[in-house]
Amino acid sequence: MTLAKRIIPCLDVDRGRVVKGVRFLDIKDAGDPVEIARRCDAEGADEITFLDITASHEGRETTLDTVRRMASEVFVPLTVGGGIRRIEDIRALLNAGADKVSINSAAISQPDFVKAAADHFGAQCLVIAIDAKQVGPSRWEIFTHGGRKATGIDAVEWAVRMTEDGAGEVLLTSMDADGTQAGYDLALTRAVADAVHVPVIASGGVGNLQHLADGLLQGHADAVLAASIFHFGQYSIQQAKHFLHDQGLVMRLEES
Amino acid sequence: MTRVAVLDYGMGNLHSVAKALEHVGAQTVWVTHDPALIARADRLVLPGQGAMRDCMAAMHSEGIDEAVHQALNTKPLLGICVGMQALLSHSEENGGVAGLDVYPGEVRFFGYDLQENGSRLKVPHMGWNEVWQQSHPLWQGIPNGSRFYFVHSYYCVPDTPELSLGSSHYAVDFCSALGRDQIFAVQFHPEKSARAGLKLLSNFLNWHP
Repeated sequence: MTLAKRIIPCLDVDRGRVVKGVRFLDIKDAGDPVEIARRCDAEGADEITFLDITASHEGRETTLDTVRRMASEVFVPLTVGGGIRRIEDIRALLNAGADKVSINSAAISQPDFVKAAADHFGAQCLVIAIDAKQVGPSRWEIFTHGGRKATGIDAVEWAVRMTEDGAGEVLLTSMDADGTQAGYDLALTRAVADAVHVPVIASGGVGNLQHLADGLLQGHADAVLAASIFHFGQYSIQQAKHFLHDQGLVMRLEES
Repeated sequence: MTRVAVLDYGMGNLHSVAKALEHVGAQTVWVTHDPALIARADRLVLPGQGAMRDCMAAMHSEGIDEAVHQALNTKPLLGICVGMQALLSHSEENGGVAGLDVYPGEVRFFGYDLQENGSRLKVPHMGWNEVWQQSHPLWQGIPNGSRFYFVHSYYCVPDTPELSLGSSHYAVDFCSALGRDQIFAVQFHPEKSARAGLKLLSNFLNWHP
């Protein structure tokens, strides 16, 4: 198998600045998104994900401007998520230079949204973002509003349905693990990764490099997303790639 | 003076392609379907993203098919992703779609039961994969086997194996670059492939076939 597993640093951006919530609550400033994205690219990031956590109406122009600047300087795929509710939001982000958009709550509030978006823009640029919490043995439910609102929707069934509707990738976040630095929810990751035919990105809970390996090897994820372990200089992306390579995973090691 | 026309027929992220070309030294990049600008450009880029049926319909309605046929053998053309697939005669996608038929060949679906060594492979083929090169000036300075960024569910099968200029492996060996004379086309996205991709775009700007 020659396709490499991907490492995707995630920038949580609030009003034009990178921040990272711990359990989606406390916020620490980690700097300018374009500068950080450029650093990630130089370090060998396989993609970059930009989550706009402002998502307020007045914040949209700031976001588009940041995406525009990022796309002029960073030449790896860029995914943008946060507050996307309309086909026009997707068009504006793609025109600004995003390669993919990730859809979260709009898919729940508008059941045909993913299908309509896939028809317009193609599956290759549509990521379905799923925030799930464990609610029983081998059962996870979708939560919205930063984990505060239960929907009653089964996470695995939702992933299958959304990918059948045309989402080309799943960004799966465990709300239980997020911010704990105790590792991905591997059972959740594996349940979703084995159920869908598209690639799955594991997210939420990374605290060390072994967690990345676990997500790929035990969680069957195709890509791993992490924020704080890279931003605060704990590990470099190159270090992570060499660590995973040494565990037998196929990685893109050439420096960009 | 390098003037590049990125052929715009409303499909896909043309901003990325244009920015990457500017980054590697294109003096002028037009994102356009205006025949006058296409005629003035020294070289053309045919991008493409999304469903083949929609891409072909948009190409016909914007006159891109004419522009490509007129440009053949007069100026270098770089096809990217669906822009590569469109050069062949036919695609399996959307129940069967006719391509521009520049080269005889077919575009095939990877299938949803793709397996390798007993494990299932995800479709779309998404991420960084190795490209094994056939000798060509556009690979200059790029180590053989370098990884490029792919995202696609269909792959090109040209009737003439000699057209293949690069190959990759994802359960099957497939043609990831093809061309002849003034044409070079790739399945991956050079504009999203970091240093290797930028080098390929730079080689394209300096290519005098």
